[in-house]
Amino acid sequence: MASLGLYNYWLVIALMMIGFYIVITSPNLVKKIIGLNIFQASVFVLYITMGKIIGGSAPILSDQIAVYSNPLPHVLILTAIVVGVATTAVGLSLVVRIYAAYGTMEEDEIEKIEAQEEVPT
Amino acid sequence: MQHHTVLHVVAKILLPLILLFALYVQFHGDFGPGGGFQAGVIFAVGLILYGLIYGVDILKEAIPSRVLRVLMASGVLLYAGVGVLSILMGGQYLDYGVLAHDPLHGQHWGIFFVELGVGITVASVMTSLFYAFTS
Amino acid sequence: MLAVHLPVFQVLLPLLAAPVSMLLPGSRVSWVFSTLVSWGCFALSVLLLQQVLQEGSISYAIGGWAAPWGIEYRVDTINAFVLLIVSGISSLVLTGAQASIEREVAKNRIDLLYTCWLLALAGLLGIAITGDAFNVFVFLEISALSSYALIALGSGRRALTASFRYLVVGTIGATFIVIGIGLIYMATGTLNMADMGARLPAVAESRTVIAAFAFLIVGIALKMALFPLHFWLPDAYSYAPSPVAAFLAGTATKVAVYLLLRFSFTIFGGDFAFGAMALERVLMPLALLGIFIASLVAIFQMDVKRLLAYSSIAQIGYMVLGISLVSVTGLTAGILHLFNHALIKSALFMVMACVFYRMGATRLDDFAGLGRRMPWTMAAFVAGGLSLIGIPLTVGFVSKWYLVVAVLERGWWPLAVFILFTSLLAVVYVWRVVEVAYLRPAAEGAGRCEAPLSILLPTWVLIMANFYFGIDSSLTVGVASRAAAALLGIGL
Repeated sequence: MASLGLYNYWLVIALMMIGFYIVITSPNLVKKIIGLNIFQASVFVLYITMGKIIGGSAPILSDQIAVYSNPLPHVLILTAIVVGVATTAVGLSLVVRIYAAYGTMEEDEIEKIEAQEEVPT
Repeated sequence: MQHHTVLHVVAKILLPLILLFALYVQFHGDFGPGGGFQAGVIFAVGLILYGLIYGVDILKEAIPSRVLRVLMASGVLLYAGVGVLSILMGGQYLDYGVLAHDPLHGQHWGIFFVELGVGITVASVMTSLFYAFTS
Repeated sequence: MLAVHLPVFQVLLPLLAAPVSMLLPGSRVSWVFSTLVSWGCFALSVLLLQQVLQEGSISYAIGGWAAPWGIEYRVDTINAFVLLIVSGISSLVLTGAQASIEREVAKNRIDLLYTCWLLALAGLLGIAITGDAFNVFVFLEISALSSYALIALGSGRRALTASFRYLVVGTIGATFIVIGIGLIYMATGTLNMADMGARLPAVAESRTVIAAFAFLIVGIALKMALFPLHFWLPDAYSYAPSPVAAFLAGTATKVAVYLLLRFSFTIFGGDFAFGAMALERVLMPLALLGIFIASLVAIFQMDVKRLLAYSSIAQIGYMVLGISLVSVTGLTAGILHLFNHALIKSALFMVMACVFYRMGATRLDDFAGLGRRMPWTMAAFVAGGLSLIGIPLTVGFVSKWYLVVAVLERGWWPLAVFILFTSLLAVVYVWRVVEVAYLRPAAEGAGRCEAPLSILLPTWVLIMANFYFGIDSSLTVGVASRAAAALLGIGL
């Protein structure tokens, strides 16, 4: 069962699909943002997996250590995490304003209100 | 918020420790694990804890959002300013090596100020996010 | 000495100016400041293009770390051209934006609009200039996050839901791109675009690279609103403040088209992307369907901004059609249309800003009698509309001409007929607006109400640019064909 040895990649795929599924199916805008976060988290795991070398140490130079993990993907994903936080903040603040403007944060109800608005006056 | 003596006392004890730890992470960041982003978040966590327990209004008296706005901008400017300074001193953008008489010290100073800029901006952005969502 | 540092200042200038404009007192001051900064960026991009045309591509190592290891800014013909488009459109639109922004955006939010604008500009310029694949993602998110904020500033609550939908789609697109970049990094161990391009052929057979390719193409297609991944665009453009729509319509999707070119030609290489993966067999049907369906849908829109947004999706189809021909003429047509369509759509959305300024809406019914009430504005719409259709002497004609020539080179004359037929669809949707504006009488007692000169003037400058580059196309065609030849790896 060689493919089970790559369990982190299975985890990535599972997280990605869970997140994607929530984004697509959930009518609740906050849950959509949560789904988006799970979706992004899968990419974080992918990058972290990529950089890890079994038996490798943190990249702090020392004479006693021969094998280091690759720090670059970890640094990159730190940037992506920051971006994810920023996206979440922007998304949630939009949800707050949508809730204030529509009185709901269920997408189907918002669509109903918008459809009513579109009836020619 | 109601008066919860335990929370108030614990927060008062923890607050200086959190802020101190943030400063430790900040200034340890140039030669060891740590850095501006983590430090900024920890610093903001201290402020947010204070705001949660003593009320946002009291926190806003100490740190008005006006000040946060200036801090947010000046952190970014400090970061980019280090880069411009290294151009003025004859290097490439963000080439810290030219900032001091020898490259090692230059790198040290460069990363120090860049991380400081990051820390200031992150802490103020986190705190103003807290303000934005509580108001 | 400063000439060496041009590439970094191109991005640094708006990036530094953004926090400064946040601190400036009053919205008027920040408008003057950001407009000056934007024009400064335009000057830098003109200098860069000149330098590239004379001396070949420029490389700049950030932090003094040399190319494959550090972040490299790399300017060659195609991205110098994209830089010119982005900064030029931003400057012209921003010059005319002040009056209509004061009208459309809530008072207490205006001061942050210019900061977001500068950040979006910095992000778009950064995507175009960087030679580092991960850097592309970072700049992509800088520009995307600030454009979500810009769109949400639109009047009316529907701007908020439009922005939210764009945020969800945009984040998924950007995440796909970052997955793709990560997979390429796994296969090649480098993030530098040129280095990736050199190392990829050796590992092109691996499934990792193929997955990376798929993720990248879908992510980029989401960002550039390629049919059928366009659904976020109409809402975003029609509910955003009009100047923001003019800015984004001229730049955001264009930069994504540039990314498609960069990733499929420079990084994966034409042989892999179009030979082994047969990307053109996916792109071409989507482009054709997109052109046809979006033009058709545009005809039935009751809101003119929305009509223009659907027309934008169709125009993206023309660009992708040119690219999918994978010939020098085809790519030239695609790149030309990138420039030309930016001019056309920004001009037309600026006309929408004029109309919105007076009417408070851009529904088709609001246009009744505007031909008499706002003669200069509507004349600009007619001129821009002609360019959109592709009448000779306009830029629209130049790009359609090259597209038809490229199609005929392949001997696919039904496609040439198709292009002419879809231009007729453009005639129909432009005519619907013109008909209402000139032939339907205005409401009783409505007098002349021309838009203020401050918006009208930049609009007309954009319109005149449509005609100038339509008559003297030597600069644009020259640059576009050089860029196309460079992408295909054919020396001129």
